Amino acid sequence: MGLEAKLNHEGFLTTTVDALVEWSRKNSVWPMPMGISCCAIEMMASGDPKYDIARFGSEVMRFTPRQCDLMIVAGTVTYKMSHVVKKIYDQMPDPKWVIAMGACTSSGGMYRTYSVVQGIDQFLPVDIYLAGCPPRPDNLLNALIQIQDKIGRTRAREFQDQPLPELTVIQNN
Amino acid sequence: MELKELLDQKLKEKFSGENFIFNEYRNELTLSFDKKNVVSVCKLLKEDPDLQFKLCEDITAVDWAKRKDRFTVVYHIFSLKLNLRLALKANVDEADCNIDSVCSIWKTANWHERETYDMYGIKFNNHPDLRRFYMPEEFEYHPLRKDFPLMGIPGSLPLPKK
Repeated sequence: MGLEAKLNHEGFLTTTVDALVEWSRKNSVWPMPMGISCCAIEMMASGDPKYDIARFGSEVMRFTPRQCDLMIVAGTVTYKMSHVVKKIYDQMPDPKWVIAMGACTSSGGMYRTYSVVQGIDQFLPVDIYLAGCPPRPDNLLNALIQIQDKIGRTRAREFQDQPLPELTVIQNN
Repeated sequence: MELKELLDQKLKEKFSGENFIFNEYRNELTLSFDKKNVVSVCKLLKEDPDLQFKLCEDITAVDWAKRKDRFTVVYHIFSLKLNLRLALKANVDEADCNIDSVCSIWKTANWHERETYDMYGIKFNNHPDLRRFYMPEEFEYHPLRKDFPLMGIPGSLPLPKK
């Protein structure tokens, strides 16, 4: 980054809050590995030393949604599973992003049938649709880079805390 | 095939006057019988010392759509003693859509029968826990029936709110 040289020379740098937040956010995207079927194997492969998702700062796959920014939905989402996926997505803190990995997740894929949701965008806001059946690990890394670009275009004020919903107090007499 | 003669003899001993049909296709023997005999026939096949069909590999059904007896329930069983497979078939009519459960004979029949119930809507009498197997509990249809559309009934499976 050449940051160290700057620090030695001047001792400080000037930037905007947005740029700093973006830069740190996009280089530390923690994925929630929502591995449901065979796409999950390729997702695991993208974490291995050959493809190495750590090069993009995303090696910390957390198995709790509460520490994650990015949900990688990897696999066939059935109607029965959709409620689980949504429940996990709802537990992720804002701001959050979603990759629909593979044909099944994006459109139902070859499972054009009654039990499979024909695209998870019917119940989740999807940022990147990833082609392939399953997509190769480098394709997943490409999606991650695009997510980083997207994060780079966001502004910190877009993600300010939403006002809490008013709670009704139930009084017991 | 000697299994056929052996079975014929055993069945005639115990069930005189009942109708059993043997059918052989590519060295695989199928035995068809009336659905009211299912438990006693299965008991005989499992417990007879010369047969010992102790392994129930699968239970499923066939939907013939327009035939008079609409469904056929199929049992695939295996004898470890004889190293032979046998298929059992019993017809079930849509108006009287039930058959006795064989859970008391093979414990593994529990889940197979639940799956068959879920997919075809055939009720298994005396089943210890006849719930849906794959589909959500509140689902009203039976997806492997021929009159069920491939893409399902719109709105029958709820999605989470966006």
